[in-house]
Amino acid sequence: MADVGTYLYAVAGDGGRRPPGGLTGVGGAPVRVIAEGGLLAYVSTVPLDQFGEEPLRRSMEELDWLGETARAHHGVVAAVAATGPTAPVRLVTVYSGDEQVRDLLRRRGADFAEALSRVTGRNEWGVKVYVDPAAPSAASGGAGGGTGGEAGARPGLAYLKRRQASLRDREAAWRDAVARGERVHTALLDVAVMGRRHRAQDPQLSGRDEWMVLNGAYLVDENRGPDFAALVSRFREQGTDVELSGPWPPYSFTELTDDQEARHGAP
Amino acid sequence: MAPPEPRGAVMAAEGRIPAERVALVDLLDRLLAGGVVITGDLVLSIADVELVRISLRALITSITAETTGMTNVRFDDEPAWR
Repeated sequence: MADVGTYLYAVAGDGGRRPPGGLTGVGGAPVRVIAEGGLLAYVSTVPLDQFGEEPLRRSMEELDWLGETARAHHGVVAAVAATGPTAPVRLVTVYSGDEQVRDLLRRRGADFAEALSRVTGRNEWGVKVYVDPAAPSAASGGAGGGTGGEAGARPGLAYLKRRQASLRDREAAWRDAVARGERVHTALLDVAVMGRRHRAQDPQLSGRDEWMVLNGAYLVDENRGPDFAALVSRFREQGTDVELSGPWPPYSFTELTDDQEARHGAP
Repeated sequence: MAPPEPRGAVMAAEGRIPAERVALVDLLDRLLAGGVVITGDLVLSIADVELVRISLRALITSITAETTGMTNVRFDDEPAWR
């Protein structure tokens, strides 16, 4: 018998629509549904020589593999989320068999139901705020200006002074930029039901040189989507670049109760 | 009866983003830091934060090594590149 595992993509409530047939997951494998206690688990079979612990430690480091797997995972989650409330599961969650998934649905049914009710009728939106460090701010300008004579006499000192001033300007610009990110986040929470900040992306990953001062995810009622988008674009006009993405399946808002404890309590 | 449509068109009509059009970095933010994390009797889950960090670090250094030679990337709230 081949050594295989059961890859879990998402859990949804039973009773609504189901995604169109022919859905495929990681490695092109057909997606199956496991029904238990009013919940549906979307899974596919994966070979453990690729999805076992050791092979995964290696392949998670490969960008091509990671990208392909992430897109396949998202493809399934998005198709399921298009049919109704869905709790996406963390990338690469592999069970030893279907019976373990069934057992999960039995044991954590109430937790899943709570998570699903939290996201019902709501979408996740992503908002990223970029501030250009080179953009003129109140603190910049004039550094080293009008010190021509001094620079001629003591070039080393003048250089140090310029450098200090430039660092001070940069510090001030950074604090100003961070405050702008905070203001946007706070303002968006007026319209959003919940918000969560992801880590700022490295410029090498974002492909942008500006400071990313906000990488937020927001859970928004479906009928307030236009309000939310309008609010976001208002900040774009204030000399700060703001990127809106979505709607996403509610990846950032379906933590089960004891996951939250684990996240805050674990070392 | 509605005529059959490709899945991408259906998702676009419903306001969902087809997988092939999503920026990988934004997707990884969500897939590696979001989603239901289940611990217990599985073969594997990357609930393990260290594994995620290792993976992301590799992701960044594999790109930056060629372009800037930067090898030490921090993941604190305050970006290391400022």
